[in-house]
Amino acid sequence: MKHLLSTRDLDRATAVSILDIAEDMARTADREVRKLPTLRGKTVVNLFFEDSTRTRLSFESAAKRLSADVITFSAKGSSVSKGESLKDTAQTLQAMGADAIVVRHHGSGAAHLLAHAGWIDAHVLNAGDGTHEHPTQALLDAFTMRQRRYGADSRERDLAGMRVVIVGDVVHSRVARSNVWLLSTLGAEVHLVAPRTLLPSGVETWPVTVHEHLEPALALGPDVVMMLRIQQERMHAAFFPSGREYAREWGLTAERFALLGPDTMVMHPGPMNRGLEISSAAADSSASTVLAQVTNGVFIRMAVLYLLVAGSSEERA
Amino acid sequence: MTARIVLHDADITRALRRIAHEVLESRRGDGRLVFLGIPTRGTVLAERIQRIVDEIEPGTSSVGSLDITLYRDDLARTPTRAPAPTRIPDEGIDDAIVVLVDDVLYSGRTVRAALDALADHGRPRAVRLAVLVDRGHRELPIRADFVGKNLPSSMSERVSVRLADVDGVEEVTIEP
Amino acid sequence: MTGLLIRGATLLGETREDIRIRGGRIAATGRLTPELDERVIDADGLVALPGLVDLHTHLREPGGEASETVLTGTRAAAAGGFTAVFAMANTSPVADTAGVVEQVHALGLQHGYATVRPIGAVTVGLEGERLSEIGAMARSRASVRVFSDDGRCVHDALLMRRALEYVATFDGVIAQHAQEPRLTEGAQMNEGALSGELGLAGWPAVAEESIIARDVLLAQHTGARLHVCHLSTAGSVEVIRWAKARGIAVTAEVTPHHLLLTEDLARGYDARFKVNPPLRRDDDVRALREALADGTIDIVATDHAPHPAEAKECTWAEAAFGMVGLESAVPVLQTTMIETGMLGWEDLARVMSSAPAAIGRLDGYADPLTEGAPANVTLVDPAARRTWSTDDLRGRSRNTPYTGVELAGTIVATVHGGVATVLDGDLRPADEVVAAWAGLREDARG
Ligand SMILES: [Zn+2]
Repeated sequence: MKHLLSTRDLDRATAVSILDIAEDMARTADREVRKLPTLRGKTVVNLFFEDSTRTRLSFESAAKRLSADVITFSAKGSSVSKGESLKDTAQTLQAMGADAIVVRHHGSGAAHLLAHAGWIDAHVLNAGDGTHEHPTQALLDAFTMRQRRYGADSRERDLAGMRVVIVGDVVHSRVARSNVWLLSTLGAEVHLVAPRTLLPSGVETWPVTVHEHLEPALALGPDVVMMLRIQQERMHAAFFPSGREYAREWGLTAERFALLGPDTMVMHPGPMNRGLEISSAAADSSASTVLAQVTNGVFIRMAVLYLLVAGSSEERA
Repeated sequence: MTARIVLHDADITRALRRIAHEVLESRRGDGRLVFLGIPTRGTVLAERIQRIVDEIEPGTSSVGSLDITLYRDDLARTPTRAPAPTRIPDEGIDDAIVVLVDDVLYSGRTVRAALDALADHGRPRAVRLAVLVDRGHRELPIRADFVGKNLPSSMSERVSVRLADVDGVEEVTIEP
Repeated sequence: MTGLLIRGATLLGETREDIRIRGGRIAATGRLTPELDERVIDADGLVALPGLVDLHTHLREPGGEASETVLTGTRAAAAGGFTAVFAMANTSPVADTAGVVEQVHALGLQHGYATVRPIGAVTVGLEGERLSEIGAMARSRASVRVFSDDGRCVHDALLMRRALEYVATFDGVIAQHAQEPRLTEGAQMNEGALSGELGLAGWPAVAEESIIARDVLLAQHTGARLHVCHLSTAGSVEVIRWAKARGIAVTAEVTPHHLLLTEDLARGYDARFKVNPPLRRDDDVRALREALADGTIDIVATDHAPHPAEAKECTWAEAAFGMVGLESAVPVLQTTMIETGMLGWEDLARVMSSAPAAIGRLDGYADPLTEGAPANVTLVDPAARRTWSTDDLRGRSRNTPYTGVELAGTIVATVHGGVATVLDGDLRPADEVVAAWAGLREDARG
């Protein structure tokens, strides 16, 4: 694998093998020595044009556990915020010997551009591009689902037979896009729930079932309910009238949560707006995988970094 | 030219039995034995040797596997491979006599990686090395304690170990 | 040499004739014998067209000289077979006063590669609030007849109504960039399944069609002329067809790129394919070709929009809208319309020369290639084919969407008012063109 830009590019076998490698990485976490020498001498650059401490820390910690040298460029206070172009920044990083660039950018397609514009030959790992994709988030979500469902027996399994309901601001959500492609590749049955204003155009061509109201989707007895983060400013752009109305219609309220089956997982990519898309009753329950998602994020990122960076140099044509 | 069989299934069984006995003889005192196979075929061989040992001295040994993929020093020169699981017996390896088991000993780099990996899991009393075939051409100061068969070979030759559990047939071949 | 003789050209793709050019005019056509003081152009196998007229060019001067100037833009025009271009008003300062339009007009006269007719801004600073000095621009030496806020839409209905009425007073026309601004906030590409997948904000067809529908009704109500820039959707074609059937005085244009390219090109996030209005779907391309063939769409205009490399070498959302198109216009039209049998060369001459000249009130293009007409001639080699590259560009910017695409046809020669600006497939040097114009003025005085 040269780059990880989109979960659309992953076939079932590759996706399952990433999850399996993440299992191996997870094993190392309980050892006396957690660090692996795998990427010794390699340089991983975190290039963050968008503030996201959580994702940045997760990637940093993954790269360090694999013994890579880690350089972090954050937009704030560096040249990238002073109008230096993505191209110039990337070429600077290349000159510094970056083997892989983990990029988060507010523009959709930024990672794709870095990988394919011919500016650099480092491996590119998309850590979230605009409203396009966030592939490692989807992978860690899938990993979390598989682990909850199968435990120690997870290896080599996909998500066939699992029913996943994704609720909220799909149109602006890179997490939703990456999850839709990945989960359906892994055999899960994916349902989207949102008012029409928050559904992307062409959603009818996606491998999903679309619902405009939450109750009918919850009545299907989903294995997973994934609540997407709602940005407060959306209501000013007439996507919905008010936070109160949104919470009432599409929020995972305590009442709705109480109707879920005992094994249903409640997921959220974080950070959560309690009282808006998710109630505290749901967020703090044992059904919630929010903390497991954070832990698993490191393992998934270790697995992906391993696959991208440790590979043979001949692949880097 | 075709491959020449240098060990038949009966030869392999005999070699493993001999190794098991040698391991037991070499154990001085009451040290606990942990056989750790290097995936894929080393794991199978470790399980077989431990089974023999357990028949002779029940309950004094255990078996697991030690993946070394993430410790290789030639990662950048080979296609990326998915790691195989590492299984360390519940008792751990601290103060045990660890016997690393692999199918072929060649450059010694795999064993070096295995020693690195082992160090991240604990501190054994001693580490021994058992291999089914030693084909020479070492690049590191490493030698095996227990050898099924010494098979001097040219570097251009190809030595293949096939085991029934993995490959459906049981043989060691050499081909030009 | 005081004259030119074009030998053996196929006039408008019909009859084989020679064309004699003297003193800036067509002196004779038919079977002619070369004279001693003539430069002879062997046009065997070439198609002779009238000089082409582009009603929609961004020359960028003043203010945007890093991407194009009047000189570089008219050189690109000549290389593409154009002898006249209408220069859009979104310069810096905006062409909203007589002073700016006269400056641009004069630069065109000075260089001589093509006639430059400035387009005046409809509203001051393109801000869509107050009418600019339309009368002053109309009466200036630039004699502006086309007014446009292109790049922006005159979206305020009352302002649009007043503009239509007021411009009509000066025999002008409003060229509307039809884009409902609220429906296209942050818009990046055609709205559809692909924009949803790529996570790029959609530019819905309805944002174009709703403005066109409103504007044709306003044109009907006011009785004024309306010109609609760069139609991009099948729905827009339907609205124009309906309006024309009702006798509304509306004309419509399509760009070469909307006749060839589709939104799928956005998939690689290569900003060379980012343009406004955006590339649409196959169905739209088909509808636009049919509308151009049946006359619903009156003209082809390039919307030549040069940008410096850094405006395109960035993420899609940060990149500028627009592509250059003067040099590639005829090859794209030959590829999409002539070779598909949808247009003949005579039709091409209409949609790329006489019709845009008529809309822009540009004299001298009504009876081209006839004795006594101004000598604006373009020679095309229809048999040539080439894989397009940035080496084929003659302007200052490189943002062509056609690199690597095989296109039919090439411009062999361009004659602007009797002066050869392109010969043997390449531009004549600037000093030669300037000297030839000076010589013509001498002759006219003498
Ligand atoms: Zn426009």
